[in-house]
Amino acid sequence: MDALVDSYQSDVNWLKRGLASGIPIALGYMPVALTFGLISGATGLTVIEAVFMSMIVFAGAAQYMALSMIALGSTAVEIIFATFIVNFRHLLMSASIHEGAETSTLRKRVFYGFFLTDEVFAVASTSNRPIRSQYIIGVGLVAYSSWVCFTGVGYFAGAFLPEIIQESMAIALYALFIALLVPSVKTQGKVVIRLALLGAIFNAIFQVWLSTGWSIMAATITAVVMYEALEQWMKKEATS
Amino acid sequence: MSMTLFWMIVGMGVVTYIPRLLPLIALQTENWPSWSKRMLSRVPYAVLGALIFPGILYIHDALWFGVVGGVVALVLSSIGAPLIIVVGGSITFLAIIQFIM
Repeated sequence: MDALVDSYQSDVNWLKRGLASGIPIALGYMPVALTFGLISGATGLTVIEAVFMSMIVFAGAAQYMALSMIALGSTAVEIIFATFIVNFRHLLMSASIHEGAETSTLRKRVFYGFFLTDEVFAVASTSNRPIRSQYIIGVGLVAYSSWVCFTGVGYFAGAFLPEIIQESMAIALYALFIALLVPSVKTQGKVVIRLALLGAIFNAIFQVWLSTGWSIMAATITAVVMYEALEQWMKKEATS
Repeated sequence: MSMTLFWMIVGMGVVTYIPRLLPLIALQTENWPSWSKRMLSRVPYAVLGALIFPGILYIHDALWFGVVGGVVALVLSSIGAPLIIVVGGSITFLAIIQFIM
């Protein structure tokens, strides 16, 4: 009985921690969602359609792309296919989360899988291992609420933030990513810096030919594989 | 809402959800070789690098804008500031700079 109460307590604690860690993402999503709402209106969507899209899809880049494709007169099938292409990279992130997460029920995984955007993945995957399901759910819920709510707000009042604040808020998600990297550098050392640099360099190169989603995925795979290969090669050199 | 748009949004949702969900329900990584697990555990750092660069350069017409924001974030997180302070601080700093200039 005590064990049961303890596990419930720890679930609640991890959920709370997750909710707190989600706040920087919520802040970062705010200008992006406000703008999405605003452009939705300009593209001719109703507020219900715009909010419905944010509720069901929950993927920034793909939703922006859908708007521009709607404006260009693309068909629904084309837009769905393009969405698939842009969001396919999450397969890799989901696999990485799966490797680092605690064992949990199917129902929890089905639930938190929905929330795995780039940002939720980044926050969750840099948390202590094993990553708790409740933690991912907490982060996801806050990020999701911000995304959906500010889509609606933006539809009516996207321009209410002064331009200076709107422009400055564009740094939010990048500041978040940096803030996630730095503590990992402190705990795990140079491997983090090297991997991040490889990811950044390859992404800059691949973006010349590839769309953002594919480029991030290709850069990640190349960086991780190259790091592993270099490490094995150096080990061999050291022993021979 | 038109039916076409409704089904389009549902379709977008489904194709977004599948890649997020599939590894969580279909992968059994327990018996995978250690190198593949090692590579998966390194994915977050490579992703973070790719998410930051070069995107951070393009948040504003002027390239230095993102760079300055990035440096502020780097300094704040190096001294151990919590996430929300790093994010809020970077925004505030850029807003002040823009206000002055």
